[in-house]
Amino acid sequence: MKIEYSPLEMMAIACSRRIQDDDIVFCGTGLPLLGAMTAKKTHAPNCVVFFETGALDPVLLEIPLSVADSRVMHGASHNGGLADAFAFMQNRFSGPKVLGLLSGAQIDMYGNLNSTVIGDSNKPTTRLPGSGGACDVASLVGRTMIFMKHERRRFVEHLDYLTSPGWLQGGTSRQEAGLIRGGPVAVVTTLGVLEFDEKTKRMYLSTYYANASVEETVKNTGFKLSVSRARQEPSPTPEELDVLRTAVDPFGLILD
Amino acid sequence: MSSSKLMSASESVKRFVNGGDCLSVGGFTINRNPMALVYEVLRQRTKDLHVVMHSGSQALDLLIGAGRVSLLEIAYGANGRLAPTCVRFRKAIEQGTLKVEDYTNYQMTLRFMAGVMGVPFLPTYSSLGTDIIERWGFSTDMRSSNPQLPRKKLAVTEDPFSDKASQVVLVPAVNPDVALIHAQKAAEDGTVRLEGLTFADIEQARASKHVIVSCEELVSPAELRKEPWNNSIPHVLVDAVVHQPLGAHPTACYLHYDYDMEHLLKYKELADDDYQFENYLKEFVLDVDCHDDYLKLIGTKRLKSIKATPELGYARRDSDL
Repeated sequence: MKIEYSPLEMMAIACSRRIQDDDIVFCGTGLPLLGAMTAKKTHAPNCVVFFETGALDPVLLEIPLSVADSRVMHGASHNGGLADAFAFMQNRFSGPKVLGLLSGAQIDMYGNLNSTVIGDSNKPTTRLPGSGGACDVASLVGRTMIFMKHERRRFVEHLDYLTSPGWLQGGTSRQEAGLIRGGPVAVVTTLGVLEFDEKTKRMYLSTYYANASVEETVKNTGFKLSVSRARQEPSPTPEELDVLRTAVDPFGLILD
Repeated sequence: MSSSKLMSASESVKRFVNGGDCLSVGGFTINRNPMALVYEVLRQRTKDLHVVMHSGSQALDLLIGAGRVSLLEIAYGANGRLAPTCVRFRKAIEQGTLKVEDYTNYQMTLRFMAGVMGVPFLPTYSSLGTDIIERWGFSTDMRSSNPQLPRKKLAVTEDPFSDKASQVVLVPAVNPDVALIHAQKAAEDGTVRLEGLTFADIEQARASKHVIVSCEELVSPAELRKEPWNNSIPHVLVDAVVHQPLGAHPTACYLHYDYDMEHLLKYKELADDDYQFENYLKEFVLDVDCHDDYLKLIGTKRLKSIKATPELGYARRDSDL
């Protein structure tokens, strides 16, 4: 039997699979949150979701549309503020346990992100919202996973503005810049999942989705992409899709 | 017991907000923006504001759209999923009419905390190696001619307590002239209780010279003093208390009402056109006498639909959403 699913559903599920039961997951809104909620309702019931606004482990009965949505306050273990949330990420004991889920308008081969401006930063052609907490998360937590639409104009050789640090210039440059831990482990896109070479920290294609291909991924990447390690990402299981559609986003607020 | 600080929104803004002030606006994206107070700032034609905040949305976008902001220090300008980038914020920066300096949410929080503590800066590791450090929105000339601006945006230095050559980023303190905060509960003596997430409201208020608080519920000081450990801002730091139910509309106020999605989506559409934005501003703010009259324009039907389900603190969504 062939199961139909959308690229967005595949992304949420690919993310969900990479969340572990003991992760403390820093979430924004949108797809990454669906991934975390799906993980919590399938293989990782003990993972804890928290938000930069200071909400830790809320009962998410409905999908929040902002990290400040009152939906992240209900039934939480703790309601604090920004100072609490970011200190939790910077803290030497709690910080390493945090998996941060991020996205951006542009990404480069080392997983650095731009969410500030397109064009010249003093006279931008497009102004984006800015870092918010993204740069803090990318700087401070144990590991990050990034969400991207896989398009050539987004996977670029040079960012117009480096908002959130990935592996900076690759190799050991992240440590040399003084960042105490962390770095991106995966980029979940509309076509597949990319990971980073252990030594060079350059992005490579790890898996491609059943309805995408290696060629399509290369064509939509604006820098040279190594594909020798690529294999196919398993399609969503009926259980994963069912949880995502009926328990996580029943009204299609994000998926539609 | 100190004397009453209770006054109208109009009176509070007249007394404590001046043109050219450094203004800090509380709340976070679509939650607890002090809208009634900001509408009043707009009605009183307060100009040339220097706004410092972390994640701004509706209140910020109106101030910018009405041309009242000349300097902005900020981390984020968006309405969550309802506007991925605030419309008038984006336009003003793209058209070069607004000078902006970009920080991160943690850095803005630390800037307020440093202001609260009375120290010149606080350290963090956040943003090492990024353009947040490299690129400045304000020139050295602008900085030297404005005492409210730090001499540098950020500074990287070595940790003096470590043997290893480890770097830290120093963020400069900020002490705004006035903070505008919307709370669930306040008493006439100035005691404030925030419920749910506090965002950086407490730091913003404590760092500021003057604090105006609007509240959903006005309660007696004695009532709030029964549980002082649940209070957020001590009475001595607050200059004015404004009793204004639905004072954060169209943003949310936990336990009281949800964000008005219909209104915010309509705003996003109108704000994209200069003429339509002017009309919106006139219809909902400038040509309106007070917040209660504004709420009449919104209508009881809509206000009823966003009323929080008591056990949840927000309005449960219908399946036909």
